[in-house]
Amino acid sequence: MSHILKIQDLTVRFHALEALSSLDMEVEPGSIRGLIGPNGAGKTTVFNVISGFIRPSKGTISFNGKEIANLKPYKITSLGVARTFQNIKLFGDLSVIENVMIGFHLSYNTLFWKPLLGLIGFTKIENEVYERARWLLDRTGLLNFIDEKASSLPYGLQRRLEIARALATGPKLLLLDESAAGMNPTEKEDLMKFIEKLRDKLALTILLIEHDMHVVMEICDRITVLDYGEKIAEGSPKEIRNNQRVIEAYLGETRVIES
Amino acid sequence: MKRDKLIRNLATFLSLLVIFGFLKWANSYTSPYIIQILNITAIYIILSTSYNLVNGVTGQFSLGPNAFMAVGAYTASLLTMSPAEKELTFIIQPIISPLGKISLPFLPSLLIAGVVTSIFAFLIAFPVFRVRGDYLAIVTLGFGEIIRVFATNAVSITNGSLGLKGINQYTNLWWSWGWAIFTVFCLIGLVESSYGRAMKAIREDETAAQAMGINTFRYKMFAFIISAFFQGIGGGLLAHLLTTIDPKLFSFLFTFNLLIMIVAGGLGSMTGSIIGAIIFAWGFELLRWFEEPHQIGDMFIPAIPGMRMVIFSLLLIIIMLFFRRGITGRWEFSWDWALNRFGRRIKFRDIN
Repeated sequence: MSHILKIQDLTVRFHALEALSSLDMEVEPGSIRGLIGPNGAGKTTVFNVISGFIRPSKGTISFNGKEIANLKPYKITSLGVARTFQNIKLFGDLSVIENVMIGFHLSYNTLFWKPLLGLIGFTKIENEVYERARWLLDRTGLLNFIDEKASSLPYGLQRRLEIARALATGPKLLLLDESAAGMNPTEKEDLMKFIEKLRDKLALTILLIEHDMHVVMEICDRITVLDYGEKIAEGSPKEIRNNQRVIEAYLGETRVIES
Repeated sequence: MKRDKLIRNLATFLSLLVIFGFLKWANSYTSPYIIQILNITAIYIILSTSYNLVNGVTGQFSLGPNAFMAVGAYTASLLTMSPAEKELTFIIQPIISPLGKISLPFLPSLLIAGVVTSIFAFLIAFPVFRVRGDYLAIVTLGFGEIIRVFATNAVSITNGSLGLKGINQYTNLWWSWGWAIFTVFCLIGLVESSYGRAMKAIREDETAAQAMGINTFRYKMFAFIISAFFQGIGGGLLAHLLTTIDPKLFSFLFTFNLLIMIVAGGLGSMTGSIIGAIIFAWGFELLRWFEEPHQIGDMFIPAIPGMRMVIFSLLLIIIMLFFRRGITGRWEFSWDWALNRFGRRIKFRDIN
C-alpha cells in the first residue's frame, strides 16, 4: 500500500524540551486524517515540521516518495503540501481576492522583465489569475467579499479564506490547523461538508488538527492521538472513542468524546 | 473592458503630453532656479519611489539608499568625466588606470551606474536579509557608512573627501523627468504584477508568504536589486546636476530625507511617494519665505535663518498626526478612480 505521507521516527527538540518523540505516521492518499490531543501535545509542531517551518532533530518525512524533512517551506508548498494556520495568518491589508491570487503564485510565475516593462501577454495572465481566484472564491462562498480587506472579515470567513488561499497553491495534501475554531454549529456543519467535498472532488488528502470532537469523529477516516509529543493511539474514530489511554489523556474531556 | 483600457491608455498618453508641454514651457520661460527645483523633484521621485519598493511594498526597513546613490553617483561621474578633467581633479593621488582613460557618453554611464549599484545590492543582500526588522535597518545603515568611509578613503578612485569636481552638467529636464517617468512606469507595472503581490505578501506576513510557495529571500533580493538600480541612476543624475559630489553629500541624512518623503507620502503607495517627493522638493523652497525679513503693518520681522526647518518639521508633525499612514495611506491613483469621480460629478450635474 502506498502512502502519500510517511513520517518515520520524527523527533523535535527545543533545547531540553522534546516536543515530538519518535513519531511514526502513515497517511493514505485520499483520506481524511485527524490529529488530536490535549493542549501542548505537539500537534501544531507536526504541521510545522511537515510544512518546513521547523527542522526536525531526527527522523524522516516522505511525501509522495520524496524526502521533504529539510526542505524550505516554499519548496514543500511547490511539491503540493498546503496548510492553514492556527492563529490566522492572512495578508490582512490586502483584499480577499488578492489573498487568493497570491496563492496562485506558483502556477503563474512570470519572468520579471515582463511586468517590469508592461509587455503584452502580461495582462492576459493577470486576468486569468483573477478569474481563477474568483472561481475559487465562488466555490468557497466568499464571492460577496471579493474586494473587502481580509482583516475586516468575520472570524469564520477568515478561516475559510485561509483554506481558499491554501487551495490556490494546488495542493495534494492539505493541512488544516483548527479550521473549525471559533465557528458556530452551522458554520462547522458547512465546513465539514466542504472538507468532504474537497476530498471527493479534488482527491485531496487532508490532515486536520481539531479540538471539536464532533467534527473529528464525523469526518475523519482515521485519527492519530498525541500526548506530550508521543503517539498514544491511532485508529478509526470508533476505536479511538473507546481507547482507554485516550480517555485518560483527555481526562475531564471524556464526556465530550462520548457524546 | 476594451474600451476602458483604451480610455486609460489615452488618459496616460494625454497626461504625459501635458507634462511634456509643461516641461517645455518651464525650460524656456522660467528661471534656472525653477528648472533646478524641477530637476531635483524628478530625481527625488526616482529615489523615493524606488526606495518605497523595498520599504513600503516589500516591508523591509532598509536604511541604505544613500549607499546606493553614492555608488551610482561615483560610477556615473567617473565614467563621463574626460581624462583631462580627471587629471585636474585628482590632485592628491592620480586616479588608477584604466579609470583615468575612460570617458563615456551620459546614457551608457547612467546604465552602467545602475547595473553596478544593482551588483552591489546583490552582494550585500546576503548578509542584509539574514535578519529582519530593526536589525535589518542597522545592517543596511552599516553598509551606508561603509560606502561613505570608502568614498572618503579610497583616494585614488574617489578623490577622497575632496570629491569629484567639474562633472559635466548633462542632467536637464528631459533626462531627469524622462527617467522619473520611466521609473514610475516600471515600478507600478512591477507592483501590480504577481511579483508585486509576492512582495506585498512578504510585507503582510512572511510565514504565510512562504506557505504560499513564495521564496521570500529571492523576492526581497529582487526588490532590493531593482530598487538599487534606480537609486544608482538617481545618484548619477544628481551628480550630473550638481556637477560636484563628495562623500558628505551621501551621508545618512539623505536616507533620512527619503524616509520622510515615503512615510509622509504614504508607505507602500507609489502615488504617496511621488507626492512626498514633490512636497519635499518644493516645500523646502517655498518655506524660504519664512527666513526672509518681513514688514507686516507696523511689525518688522527680522530674517530668521533656519526658520523653514522649524516650519517644515511642524508640517511633518501635523501630517503624521492627521494622516497616520501618510497622505495617501496605501491608496494608489488609477484612471478608473479618476474617471469614476469625474463620471459621478457629471451625473450629479445632470440631476441638478
